[in-house]
Amino acid sequence: MSSFLAQEVPLSWYLLLSAALFSLGVVGFLIKRNLITVFMSIELMLNGVNLSFVTFAHQWHAVKGQIFVFFVMMVAAAEAAVGLAIIIAVFRARATLAVDRIDLMKL
Amino acid sequence: MNGYLHLWLIPLLPFVGFLINGILGNRLPKWLVSTVALLAPLAAFVAVLDAYASLYPLVPPVCVPGNCANAWHYISLPYVETCPMPWIRIGALHIDFSFVFDQLSLVMLLVVTGVGFLIHVYSVGYMNDDEGYARYFSYLNLFLFFMTVLVLAGNALVMFVGWEGVGLASYLLIGFYFQKKSAADAGKKAFIVNRIGDFGFLIAMFLLVANFGTLTFTEIATKLGQDPGWTGGVVTMITLCLMLGAAGKSAQLPLYIWLPDAMEGPTPVSALIHAATMVTAGVYMVARTHVLFDHSPFALGVVAIVGAATAIFAATIALVQNDIKRVLAYSTISQLGYMFLGCGVAAYSAAIFHLVTHAFFKALLFLAAGSVIHGLGGEQDLRKMGGLWKKLPITFAVTTVGVLAIAGIPPFAGLFSKDAILYAAFLQGPNGKLLWFVGVVTALLTSFYMFRLWYLAFWGKPRSEDVHAHESPWSMRGPLLILALLSISGGWIGIERSAGWVNMERFSGFLAPVFGARGATEGNAQLELTLSAVAVGVALLGWLAAYLFYREKSTVATRLAGALPGGYKLLANKYFVDEFYGATVVKPLLGFSKYILGWVVDVGIVGGAAWLLGGIALLTGAILQRWQSGNLRSYAAWLAAGAAAVLLFLLVPWTMVLAALPAIHPGVAGH
Repeated sequence: MSSFLAQEVPLSWYLLLSAALFSLGVVGFLIKRNLITVFMSIELMLNGVNLSFVTFAHQWHAVKGQIFVFFVMMVAAAEAAVGLAIIIAVFRARATLAVDRIDLMKL
Repeated sequence: MNGYLHLWLIPLLPFVGFLINGILGNRLPKWLVSTVALLAPLAAFVAVLDAYASLYPLVPPVCVPGNCANAWHYISLPYVETCPMPWIRIGALHIDFSFVFDQLSLVMLLVVTGVGFLIHVYSVGYMNDDEGYARYFSYLNLFLFFMTVLVLAGNALVMFVGWEGVGLASYLLIGFYFQKKSAADAGKKAFIVNRIGDFGFLIAMFLLVANFGTLTFTEIATKLGQDPGWTGGVVTMITLCLMLGAAGKSAQLPLYIWLPDAMEGPTPVSALIHAATMVTAGVYMVARTHVLFDHSPFALGVVAIVGAATAIFAATIALVQNDIKRVLAYSTISQLGYMFLGCGVAAYSAAIFHLVTHAFFKALLFLAAGSVIHGLGGEQDLRKMGGLWKKLPITFAVTTVGVLAIAGIPPFAGLFSKDAILYAAFLQGPNGKLLWFVGVVTALLTSFYMFRLWYLAFWGKPRSEDVHAHESPWSMRGPLLILALLSISGGWIGIERSAGWVNMERFSGFLAPVFGARGATEGNAQLELTLSAVAVGVALLGWLAAYLFYREKSTVATRLAGALPGGYKLLANKYFVDEFYGATVVKPLLGFSKYILGWVVDVGIVGGAAWLLGGIALLTGAILQRWQSGNLRSYAAWLAAGAAAVLLFLLVPWTMVLAALPAIHPGVAGH
């Protein structure tokens, strides 16, 4: 048992999980109509990427990956603030959150 | 040696006047504008006189070999002054901005600046009430600048600069009253007709560069002198092109049509530019390039025929004109024809002599006509004048002098120069005798139409009620009197007593260094005197005819016009030349411009190309627009697809895949 616990989780598992999270985010972004869900999908993609950063940082004993993750999290936080504000403004103006109907820029 | 005469001052002084009056004129008080405008030509005139005087140094040059003390006093003509900066250097072609000073340019400069100054003085009185006072004088000074450049030019290109410049000044001054449509049109007409002549001048310059490799007059003369083979052919082509230019500038057939219309300008302008100086530039140019003409008898013949034809053609039109300025305009064309006739029989000095005396008496006549127009408050119609001799005594007196001078009554100026030309023509063999005969008939017509003007304007009863005619101010009368004196005595500069007989060789002797000594003439004093007597006879005949036709209550003129309605109509409408040009040149050209250039080229080709480019952009836009669906998720899908494509490209080991392909090919797999 202890030998099982002492055993490291292989690198590929982390990467597979990261890829799965990212792909879920992409699919969610593509198929969901609700703006908030789309927004959450973006967060999911970002976290998938974060996971691979951390994985490689641990693997190569390099701190750069960790620092990148902090940057990504900060940008994500700022994006969440701005993005949610935009979403609220859009909802107030259009009374809808369906992305297919927010197409004023179309010719 | 360079720069001793300071020739560059002569054009520069009027140019300074132009700059001051052109830029500041509207803000300066009137007396200051007049002062600047008068000082500029006066200073130029003084500069010319100074250059003239320096030809005759008070201290005779002492020159022992090796030690030339005082040698700087002595100036040998032709004297060349070149701008130290190179102007044009293209391969072997060197063109400098050079001025040349010799007897010919001296005579011309004296006329241009002297008569020019007098006309400036006259203009002070004539233009006194005009709004564009400063503008007028700045243009006038600009004209003097370009005219002196033209006269001083040491090569054809510098001459061309002046040539175009005087054309510009002429255009500006003809269209001086540009609010009036006829004046603006006349300015454009003069400019465009002159372009045709300038085209000839340009072609001549190209041919000179191609065949002589230089445009400098002296170098051309040297090259022509070195090789006697230069006759006919290319020289004829060059001289004919030059003659086209001269015909444009000097209003000869077939390009004379602009000059009568140029009378729309103020009268002093007509006197200065369109009688005394600018229109004689063509004669001057022919005289300046006379070495070329001397090598082409054919071109000389063309010049003589054009001159004689123009002289008699314009004189017949002048017979029936009723506008006082138009009579004088056609008279100018006719007299310019005389000058070309003189050039055409290689009597260049006689042509220049006539140029000088004509500048005196025609300027006088124009200014006197201006005085009449001024006194009558703008009336130009001879039929509404009459009996003016009592009201305008000074104008009447000076006009009489001018009329006698142009008609060729001794001892006034016109006789001497006109006879010099006619005499030279008479000596040119049988064809010359024909030219002489045309000249004499023209002299008869000249005398007739000038005395007609004289009788109609000054004699008889006033034919118009409203005139309270008044004599002009002194600023106008002064130049008139000086020009009258010159018109009386101007011809005497040609007289010389030699070999026991009075002959006319002094002026041509003065110009001989430029034109070369003519071979001993086959004529003699007896013949010359006889021909003069004939000329005076026809002049008196013309006077008599005019007296019979136009003295008071004479009905001869109207009866004759009634008897020959066709002839009268032909003359009164100036042979319908303007209409002819309108139908054969202007209308086809306008049609070509409108339909071919306007519709086919501009709308069709140029516009079509623009529309094509725009259409392509629109079409591509319409296709690419499909991508901009406005659907957020479709954008994201494209993005994801792109990312997937990049990944696919990067991650798949394409070399291995491609290497493996033949292996799974069915044909290869069979082996």
